[in-house]
Amino acid sequence: MLFIVWQLFAWLLQLPILPSPIAVIQELGKELLSGELFWHLLASLWRVMTGTFLAILLAVPAGLFLGQSKSLNRFFSPYIYLLYPIPKVVFVPIILLFLGIGNLPKIIIITMILFFQILVLVRDQASGIRPELIQSVQSLGAGRRALFRFVFLPASIPAILTAIRQSVGTAVAVLYIAELFATQKGLGYYIYLNGSTYFNYPAMYAGIIMMSLMGLSLYFATDWFEHILTPWQYNE
Amino acid sequence: MIDLENISFGYPNSLLIFKNFSWHVKKGEAWAVLGPSGCGKSTLLYLLAGLRFPTSGNLSINKTSLTRPRPHTGLILQDYGLLPWVSVYQNAELGIRIRNFYGPDGKHAPEIFKPKKSVEDWLIRLGLSGLSQKYPGQLSGGQRQRTAIARTLVLEPDILLMDEPFSSLDAPTREDLQKLTLELWAEQELTMLIVTHTIEEAAILGRKILLLRQPPHSETVIIENPSSSRDDFRHSIDYFQLIRELRQKMEMLN
Repeated sequence: MLFIVWQLFAWLLQLPILPSPIAVIQELGKELLSGELFWHLLASLWRVMTGTFLAILLAVPAGLFLGQSKSLNRFFSPYIYLLYPIPKVVFVPIILLFLGIGNLPKIIIITMILFFQILVLVRDQASGIRPELIQSVQSLGAGRRALFRFVFLPASIPAILTAIRQSVGTAVAVLYIAELFATQKGLGYYIYLNGSTYFNYPAMYAGIIMMSLMGLSLYFATDWFEHILTPWQYNE
Repeated sequence: MIDLENISFGYPNSLLIFKNFSWHVKKGEAWAVLGPSGCGKSTLLYLLAGLRFPTSGNLSINKTSLTRPRPHTGLILQDYGLLPWVSVYQNAELGIRIRNFYGPDGKHAPEIFKPKKSVEDWLIRLGLSGLSQKYPGQLSGGQRQRTAIARTLVLEPDILLMDEPFSSLDAPTREDLQKLTLELWAEQELTMLIVTHTIEEAAILGRKILLLRQPPHSETVIIENPSSSRDDFRHSIDYFQLIRELRQKMEMLN
């Protein structure tokens, strides 16, 4: 359907900036086979996945601690709510300035976006666990460590996956902006280069399609992980 | 076996629930703790489970003061006690996994723990063998409580504490589980304490009944119920007389 509308507009407008989907798909195939686009995709995918992984690594333990301790949560909540609503894209120039070129600043930006989302969801999940559940597991001999392992950690998995699903779109969008600066790899760079320097519009659209396919596959991957890691949610 | 000597307890910023309260439970006894909602019955159970501690007085089990949950005390709560994300089998073996997680440190687990009866055996005994791969969300309330019982008994407790264990179940399932509980009590030589707000349940399960009124509790009101061990007790005149007596006493105490 989308392709039909696109094709219609391409016919009607007859502008180089709106090539037909057929031309774009041909270009996509060519660019993928020649290897150019594939390496840009890989660079972007690496940044998103590493950023996500880092965010999980940092935000899950922090969220679990805050969710378990009312006083810690009371202390940190104002800071979290102060930083949470700031669109992380505003930090792009600052982070690039401090961390320079290379993958690290891009990864850090993705981490920042996901960090708060995961932190807040995991914290709420952990603090929402029924005291009866905690007490009955304690009565089986569980101390703080076993509670983490057998109750809080598994209980936080759905929250982590929800957070990823909620923020993967934003992460990809911000990645585009981050890849405009100080890099020669990544889909953001590829789209910008073909659109503004080479005026190769079919290649630019091929990059956009690739970016959207990357986002889509990240959503599917999250769903797949959810099926694998939280089978109880599908068996009720 | 269980000795409460002049214990006092209250939650922070609220009135005392127990004030110089004493109570003694002998090994192998079956007690029902009966009282209206909010009277502190569950608090008493949490004190016995080592999840709360008296502010004064002494609570000891086998002459040892309680400072943390005791590995040989089993606790079964009304609901929500099972982990929703693992199967019946994994829930039933949770206590064993926790013990293996810490190793035999003598604190979280007894020195060496080898269950005499396996998780499978307990699931068969409790009629859950066909359900071992199901999740708690796929079970009925009765099956969930059976799983909680299996999980507790596989750890071979000598004391079994139950907090309103059957109150969310329908009448036939409740009667079925009450019968099973009494069978297991005799079979495993347990010291059993059941907290309930239902007079009928206290009459069926308690060989002795501790009556609690409105807090703070200082007085220990005990009703003996020796005839409850008879097979036909549920349909006997003694049962109905006891229920009348308990109801009158509860109304009087309130």
